[in-house]
Amino acid sequence: MNTNLNITNSEYDELISKKAKKSPIVKNIIIAFIVGGLICCLGQFISNQLVNMGVEKEQAATFTSITLIFIGAFLTAVNLYSRIGKVAGAGSTIPITGFSNSVVAPAIEFKSEGYVLGIGANMFKVAGPVLVYGITTSVILGFVYYVFNYIF
Amino acid sequence: MDILLEYGKVFLTGGIICTIGQILIDKTKITPARILTLFVTLGVILGFLGIYEPIYNFGKCGATVPISGFGYCLYKGTVKAITESGFIGVFTGGITATAGGIAAAVVFGFIASLVAKPTIK
Repeated sequence: MNTNLNITNSEYDELISKKAKKSPIVKNIIIAFIVGGLICCLGQFISNQLVNMGVEKEQAATFTSITLIFIGAFLTAVNLYSRIGKVAGAGSTIPITGFSNSVVAPAIEFKSEGYVLGIGANMFKVAGPVLVYGITTSVILGFVYYVFNYIF
Repeated sequence: MDILLEYGKVFLTGGIICTIGQILIDKTKITPARILTLFVTLGVILGFLGIYEPIYNFGKCGATVPISGFGYCLYKGTVKAITESGFIGVFTGGITATAGGIAAAVVFGFIASLVAKPTIK
């Protein structure tokens, strides 16, 4: 092992950068882009089908969310979503299917702690903060909107 | 061709939003849970500033399927409720607009937890 110790610092740096694995960030980004884009296309496909079937546009949007949430919940239940997540990263976290996963996964994980304090209490472990900050922001900005449009 | 262009825009918009999330995960110490929270809040703020509307008009589901679209939906619902029923809409609009998604996540989550077995980590 100790054959090559007589090298300078710069030679050593060169050696290390040659041997070190390239940071996978570019690969991560490309996969996140593709997976995220595909999930959105699936949503668009579902939405288009519903509109073609004569569903009103706003209802179609809600139905699309519910369908994607179902798909996310199903894939979580059969233990596939976490495997997709390992490869896809933000590509599977950011879409609404990832939100669904964040609700379903802790519900399953804490099942053994009981129906109320296990499933019930842990379901919103991640989704809770999402709702807290989302709703708070929307009420505050809604108030600002109201003040500017109806009082002034 | 129109349909290809439509899906291309959806793919591009959704892809870029997820890419921003991935860069934040890789380049900072922000955890995915914080990313979700950040994106929802940003969706509300961008909706308020009138920036999310053109993104939605361009990318359709590419803008609504990512969690930032959930925030946009919260804000849009609030404005709609204010227009329809005045001040009370500030409080009722957001959750009304997103009720379907929240209820679905809770119910599917509950059913899944009854059916699925926890995996050993």
